[in-house]
Amino acid sequence: MPQNDVVQPQVRVRCRFFARYAEVLGTATHELQVPRGTTVGSAVQALRERLPGGQALPKVPLAAVNLEHVDLGHVLVDGDELALLPPLAGG
Amino acid sequence: MPFVTHAPIDVPALLAEVARRDRGGTVVFLGSVRRSEDDGPVEAIEYTAYEEMAEAEFGKIVAEAEVRWPDAGFAVRHRLGEVLTGEPSIAVAAAAAHRAAAFDAARWVVEEAKRRLPIWKRERFDDGSRQWRDGSGVAGASDTA
Repeated sequence: MPQNDVVQPQVRVRCRFFARYAEVLGTATHELQVPRGTTVGSAVQALRERLPGGQALPKVPLAAVNLEHVDLGHVLVDGDELALLPPLAGG
Repeated sequence: MPFVTHAPIDVPALLAEVARRDRGGTVVFLGSVRRSEDDGPVEAIEYTAYEEMAEAEFGKIVAEAEVRWPDAGFAVRHRLGEVLTGEPSIAVAAAAAHRAAAFDAARWVVEEAKRRLPIWKRERFDDGSRQWRDGSGVAGASDTA
């Protein structure tokens, strides 16, 4: 009997939201489980579908994984920290 | 020193960090919270950040600048929390052997910081109302500096 994580391997991703994204979602963090091989873009789609208020997130937000800017094709691995970044406004 | 700070920016401290006897040109850029007719009656801007990433990204920007201008010295800060109109929110000091490199290096670091740092601002107006401000056009696309 194969283990469940062998049949359908999942990765756990810690999601973080900032500024207006945190405001519209009502939370600054979310633990997301997605299939192995999921890209940042697919994770964003999952967040938009699963989170209350998620539709307010843009389909193509700026994103960072483990403190590095990434594009939406970046593949997530177990334990990653995915941050969705509103348009940057430093200075 | 951390690059992002909740304390007011100490400009003399930045100058001391970049001072060296072979650096004859020093440029300090200060970006301050602005009030103008276009912006409305802004009393202050509250800065928030993805602090761990802002710190890491600012470090990368400085490291890249040190490759581009190997003999130059850099000191940078971005303030978080509420910054009143007229107070600086970002400071970049660049010191090099001569003025041309100091100007170029300071400008490059400022532009990279504005492009890459995960920092956001929310304006507070005279009447106490607040609004997020970013480059999305919702609240105008201009910035503080």
